[in-house]
Amino acid sequence: MSSKDNWKIWEIFIRSRNGLSHKHVGSLHAPDAEMAIKNARDVYTRRSEGVSIWVVPSEAITASSPDEAEPLFTPSDDKVYRHPTFYEIPDEVGHM
Amino acid sequence: MKAQLLEYTLRLGDNALILGQRLGEWCGHGPILEQDIALSNIALDQLGQARMLMQYAAEQKGGDFTEDKVAFLRPETEYHNCLLVELENGDWGRTIVRQFLFDTYNYFFYSALLSSADNRLQEIAQKAIKEITYHAQWSAEWLIRLGDGTEESHQRVQRSLNDLWEWTGELFSMDAVDEALLAEGIAVNLAEIKVQWDQKVNEILSLATLKRPEDAWMQSGGKQGEHSEYLGYVLAVMQHLPRMYPEATW
Repeated sequence: MSSKDNWKIWEIFIRSRNGLSHKHVGSLHAPDAEMAIKNARDVYTRRSEGVSIWVVPSEAITASSPDEAEPLFTPSDDKVYRHPTFYEIPDEVGHM
Repeated sequence: MKAQLLEYTLRLGDNALILGQRLGEWCGHGPILEQDIALSNIALDQLGQARMLMQYAAEQKGGDFTEDKVAFLRPETEYHNCLLVELENGDWGRTIVRQFLFDTYNYFFYSALLSSADNRLQEIAQKAIKEITYHAQWSAEWLIRLGDGTEESHQRVQRSLNDLWEWTGELFSMDAVDEALLAEGIAVNLAEIKVQWDQKVNEILSLATLKRPEDAWMQSGGKQGEHSEYLGYVLAVMQHLPRMYPEATW
């Protein structure tokens, strides 16, 4: 089986508990979506890590380009006022 | 009655242990990392089931018997697994066909064992059925993809199916042990699960575009301790360490 040539790569998202959101845990090879779920079950949930699995073809993901990092991300570096650190939190609220 | 229950327990335990050992041979050799892990997982599930059954067998034997002694100190002729599980892995397709034929049988077998009159077997079945349900889905999905895959994968699994078919008759042949325990409500009625097995196998083979082989002469003997030439080699590998170093511990 020339698997690596014709098997797609899938990104795997696992929800560890009900109420939490799915988190990206890694990627794997599989011939189709159903087998991707089965593979994800075997590769990523063997130690009771999850209650739900999402699989997404890696090719369906559009990623930001590293070349764009400056215009995308640096403008927020000098805008400390966007962090809610200037509020006085009343004692009754306790730890936030 | 006691001797029959012990033999019955060993038949189930040996099926799980020998198949687990065979699948373990794939560890590190799977066609791709993901399938390597999947088969190793199934091997470990089988081993877990074998342990529960062998603990039960050791209790029935009494004295200082332990699950390890049951697994590692019995010779070939005292093993009671069906012949199908001891056969060589062959290529990936052949392993999948063997797994599919056995998992489908095992699924209906353990579903029926859930209502066994023997409490202990019933408890074991409750634990095992979840794993076995997954195994049966997994090997059926694979068989469909290989059968309905490329020309080469189709030919290979069809050939394996033709080769392995003669080893499936034994799964459903009832002998004196089966009959006696069935009368007590302990054993599974193999004639009943044969109907379910036929139906499921036909359904999956049709989805996989594979041709069901004609029923011809069937091999038998494993359940009664008469094995193929392969089991000796499986046991040699599996039992070598505990026999060479009886005091060895983790």
